[in-house]
Parts: sequence; structure tokens; C-alpha cells
Amino acid sequence: MTLATSGLTCPAPIGSNDRVQLGHGSGGKLSAALLRDHFLPRLGNPILDQLGDAAVLSLPTGEIAVSTDTFVVRPLEFPGGNIGALAVHGTVNDLAMMGAEPRYLTLGVVLEEGLPFEVLDRVLAALAEAAAGAGVAIVAGDTKVVERGRADGMYINTTGVGLLHPVVRPAAHRAAPGDAVLVSGAIGRHGMAVMALREGLEFETTITSDTACLWPLVRGLRDAVGPELRVLRDPTRGGLASALNEIAAASRVGIALDEAALPVPTDVGAACEMLGLDPLYVANEGVLVAMVPATLADAALAALQAHPLGAGSRRIGTVVSQHPGMVVLRTALGGTRVVDLLPGDQLPRIC
Amino acid sequence: MRYLSEYRDPEVARSLVHQIRDTATRRWVMMEVCGGQTHTIVKQGLGELLGDAVEMIHGPGCPVCVTPLEQIDKALALAARPDVIFASFGDMLRVPGSDCDLQQVRARGGAVRVVYSPLDALALAQGNPDKEVVFFAVGFETTAPANAMAVWRARELGVPNFSVLVSHVTVPPAMRAILDAPDNRVQAFLAAGHVCTVMGWTEYEPIAAEYRVPIVVTGFEPIDILEGIHFAVRQLEDGRHEVENQYVRAVTRAGTVPARSLVEQVFRLADRKWRGIGEIPGSGLVLRDEFAAFDAEAKFGLGDVTVEEPAECRAGDVLRGRLKPHQCPAFGSRCTPEHPLGAPMVSSEGACAAYYNYGRFREMEVVGRGS
Repeated sequence: MTLATSGLTCPAPIGSNDRVQLGHGSGGKLSAALLRDHFLPRLGNPILDQLGDAAVLSLPTGEIAVSTDTFVVRPLEFPGGNIGALAVHGTVNDLAMMGAEPRYLTLGVVLEEGLPFEVLDRVLAALAEAAAGAGVAIVAGDTKVVERGRADGMYINTTGVGLLHPVVRPAAHRAAPGDAVLVSGAIGRHGMAVMALREGLEFETTITSDTACLWPLVRGLRDAVGPELRVLRDPTRGGLASALNEIAAASRVGIALDEAALPVPTDVGAACEMLGLDPLYVANEGVLVAMVPATLADAALAALQAHPLGAGSRRIGTVVSQHPGMVVLRTALGGTRVVDLLPGDQLPRIC
Repeated sequence: MRYLSEYRDPEVARSLVHQIRDTATRRWVMMEVCGGQTHTIVKQGLGELLGDAVEMIHGPGCPVCVTPLEQIDKALALAARPDVIFASFGDMLRVPGSDCDLQQVRARGGAVRVVYSPLDALALAQGNPDKEVVFFAVGFETTAPANAMAVWRARELGVPNFSVLVSHVTVPPAMRAILDAPDNRVQAFLAAGHVCTVMGWTEYEPIAAEYRVPIVVTGFEPIDILEGIHFAVRQLEDGRHEVENQYVRAVTRAGTVPARSLVEQVFRLADRKWRGIGEIPGSGLVLRDEFAAFDAEAKFGLGDVTVEEPAECRAGDVLRGRLKPHQCPAFGSRCTPEHPLGAPMVSSEGACAAYYNYGRFREMEVVGRGS
């Protein structure tokens, strides 16, 4: 290949490499090529295409919500999604849990030297698809390249901006005794999909991640329930158990769960049994928990079930005035147990 | 979910609870030996269902809880070595040694890996020929065959950079130690189903006869445990003391002969210290001389270490059933799952950790009713 700029013949020409090089972070021609060939074709829009030092946004009057999240998942790709989809859904969902309509995202990417471009392209394609699905535009971005061994392929940070609703303001401290506790779908899928892959575990079926944008569900709930949509949470790291504990603590209420009502898919349940894990503590990326007054529970469930993502939604418990700060599960056999926060990572048991 | 849902059927459970309550003419005290059974009892709230009919004492059958401090400290020393990859089952990572745990060693740069099988550790050794891979071979007779297999395979394949830090214990001597204690309260045992899957139950026949104590080989699902308790209550009411098998879908009297024979070829019996309990003669397994090349203690010259356990920790009394966890002065204050003094507060199977959650809730219920 001949380089047009110099006319010299190079045995390993720049640009034909199929992997990220340190030079792609140099700020020079390779950096420009990285943006031109990989990022902008997939993520470009009138705001991003300005390539200014900062994005200029015009927003309607009112309050905005801002949230940031960093994604370090390993492996980068897993059944049901990849780090790109996750980086959009994670931040967009955080905005949605405030009742905010997601509008804009910024994207910071740390690439490890040696990352195959085909992986980067798949990640960016998924990221673009997820952003389009969520109705958000990537308006600002940054890329850095670090030496091989200093990152797990790639890390992504996204910061999101969303428009808050004037009166519908769900918050963790607003749960009140008598509220119905609703969940929008099956739990434990993301965590088990990643863990099965990471540990090289093979099951008869492949568990797929549930990574998804929850905004459509929230919009439905917002319309159906209004200001009485008291609490929304997406139980990501730490799973449903941790999210409910945080709400119980913030609202100074107890939460009573019904084990028989918990939507644990058969494959997730079986994988958890095998590894000695509890699906209540396994991460989700496309499930929300909502708390609404019991009188509005049916309306809320109907709103959730109107969307395919919420087809499996159901009521799993009730907010109570007893045992404030504590989540108590009524087991399928009729016993009770406390569902506490874990002191650290969930560790597989020996027996 | 075949083989799971049928053993968790609420109707069957209710019927068994009724049968237990109807059969018991007094409150019987029995011990489930295995931590896996403790886990089910706590997770399903079975103690509450049984009410006054039966008091369950959580036995010393959690391998995480009884692994002695000396062995944990040796594990920590090995894991900190730059030439070592230390492989372990997951729940050993949080067990406190004298001054830290394996997670902290990992944070300081030690290569600590969680594996699900000792054969994975062997594969790790084959894949990292420039490193020493040490596997933490802990557990009861249940994990012994797989651990024996890893050592056997290592010798067969000639993997010189693989070794095991052995801290194996066996159930029958511990049961004798509990029964021999002057203040013993245990009137019947639920024997550990998975241990018996390997070993069968012939070892338990002399114990049942000598101490006149019913022993029921029991599985791990809620229905298994309730049925095991029912069998034991029936024996106690009838004045019988037999070894009975509830876990018929997995256990035979002779056990799994090839597994037993492999364990016997690789390990021999030895005295072993139990955390919180002390030394129990003939209760441990150590590598036979033919496999000394794979013994991490010899390979790395770890030698005899004696470590004093925190005086404040009453784990021994708890593991023997003398003290309920919440009766320990340190319970819930100086000893919590976040900052455990002793191992039973670490593992989710540990009696103290189980009580920490359950007890807090119960106390609040009482307060709630009183106010």
C-alpha cells in the first residue's frame, strides 16, 4: 500500500492494522481516523458532528437530571448484549428511575492497546442501536488509549442528561406503609449470563442478559400512576435484595416480600443452585422495581404489561411499618427470613 | 425444575410439619451436622415452622467455619508469595486469619483465584508452568474425592508446580466429640447427605449403638430436612436408636466405592484441629507419603504454626451447641458479618451469621409487640 502523504512504501502500513494501537490515542492522524472510521459513522448526529470542545444543547425550561456511570464488564461481549448496550442502558435507566426522560449522553472510552477493531465496532454498533432505541443522542465524547495490560479491553463512561417531570418525582425515601412492591420482569439474568461466561460454565440453555432501556416502562407508569409513583429503582449491582434494602433504609419502612411471587427464571434458578448463589443478589440490567399505593397497583401493572419489556411484571410484596429498614421474606414454605445487604461480593459456597 | 421443586412443595412441607408436631410429645433437641442443611433451615425459616416440637442445634459441619486459624494463616502466607497462584473455593476468601483474609491479600497484589473444582486449579497449574499453583483443599468427605482426584491426576500427568494445602476433616469423630462432651444436649443427629453419598453410613452404626442416639442420613432440600426430622422424632418417641436413611435418592449403605477408594489411596487419617473446638483425634485427612510432592506445607516449608484464636470468640461453644450465637457477649457488637471475630460469623452457613440476621428481626418483633 502506498501512503498518499509521503509516497513511501511501508511494509506495515498505518491504517491497515486490525487492532487499536497506542497511536490511536496520540491526538494525531490515527486519533482522527479512529473517530472518522469507527465512532462518527455510527454515533454521529448534528450536535456531535460539530466536534467542538463542548456540546451545545438547547433544553426546554424546567429541571434536568444528570447521572454518570462507568462500565468495566468482563467479558466485553456476553449473550444478550455487550458493554456498549450496557453503557447506554445503565445511565439511561438511572435517569429514568428519577422519572426523567433521557435526552443526551456523553461517551468517554478508554481503549486498551491491542483491542481488535471488530470488537470495538460491534460494541459501538450496539451502543448506537441502544441509544437510538432509548431516544438519546451522543453529544460529546472522548477516547483514550492505554498500554496493553492496563485495561480489560475497554472501559466506558457515559453521562446522561434527562428532563424531569414537574410533579412525578419518584425517590427512594418516598415508600410508605401499604404501598405495593412491583417488579417489571424476571430477575437475575444479567449477572448469571456474565458469570456463566466468565467462569466457563456450560448449562443446557444459554442465559441471556436482560440489558434494556427502561424508559418506555417508566413513561407508561408516569402516565398511569402520576405523582403517586413513589419509588423507582433498577436493581443492578447487588440485585433486588440490595435495592430493596436501600429503599427500606431511606424510607424508614419495612418491606415484606413473598418468595412464591418472585420471578426467578428456571435457568437462572438452576444456575444459582449449582453455584450456591442467591438470585435475589444477582445483578439485573433491564428490570425495575416500583412502589405505588396499593389502590394504584393494578393500574401500574397494566401500564407495565402494556409494553413487551414489562410482560412478566407482577407484585412481589408490600411496604410495611414493622421492622423499619429491614426486608423480610416470607418463604414459599411459610417461614420467614431477613434479606440483608451482603457484606461484600456474593461468594460461591463450598457445599 | 425437576429434582428441586418437588422437594420444596409447600403442601408437603406443611403436612410434614403437622406430622412432626403430632408425633413429638416433648421438645426434642437435635443437631444437623452439615452447614448446607443449616443454610436451608435458615433460608426457609424452618425453625419457626417447627415451633416447640424440635430445637435444632447447628452443628460444626461448615468447612469454612472449622478450618483452623493455622491453616488460614498458611493460606494467607502462600497467597502473598509472588511465585504462587492460590486457588480456593469462593467462601474461603472472607474467612479472617490472624490479621487479614484472602480478599485483602488479593487486593495487595496476591494472585488469588476462585475455582469451582480442584481440577480447575490443576488446569491453572498446567497453564502457568512458571508459577506454583496451590489449591486450598478444605472440606469434609464430600469434597475429598475431587481433591484426591486432582492430586492423583497431578501425579499421573506430572504437573510439578501443583500442590494442595490440605485441611480436610471427617464427620464421625466430630459427632463422637460432641456426644462425649459432659454438657451435651444433642439427642439425635441429621447426618450430612452428601458426606454419606461418598462414605455410606456404616461408620455411623457403631455411634448410634454406643451412644444410643438416632442418626438420620438427610438431604438438603426443605422436604428432605423436614422428613429427616420426622424420622428422628419418631425414633426418639419409640426409644429406638438406629441409622436411618432419608436421602434414598443419593445414598446407599456402602456409599460410592470408587470415590472412597480414591480418598483412601491419596489421604490417610490424622489428628486435626478444628477452629473453635480444638484438636479431635483421627478427625483429619492428610496426604499419604506417596503424594508428599504435592503437599504445599512440605513444599514451602510451612511447618508447625500455632496461633491463638481471639479469646473473645466463643465459636467453640456455638459449634458444640452449648451457646446460642446471640448469647455471646461479642455478638452483633464487636462481631458482625462485616467484622467477624470468628468463622461462624463469616460463612452464610455459619450459625452466628444466620442468627445475626434472624435474631435481629425476632428482637424487633418482640419490641414491636410490646410497644
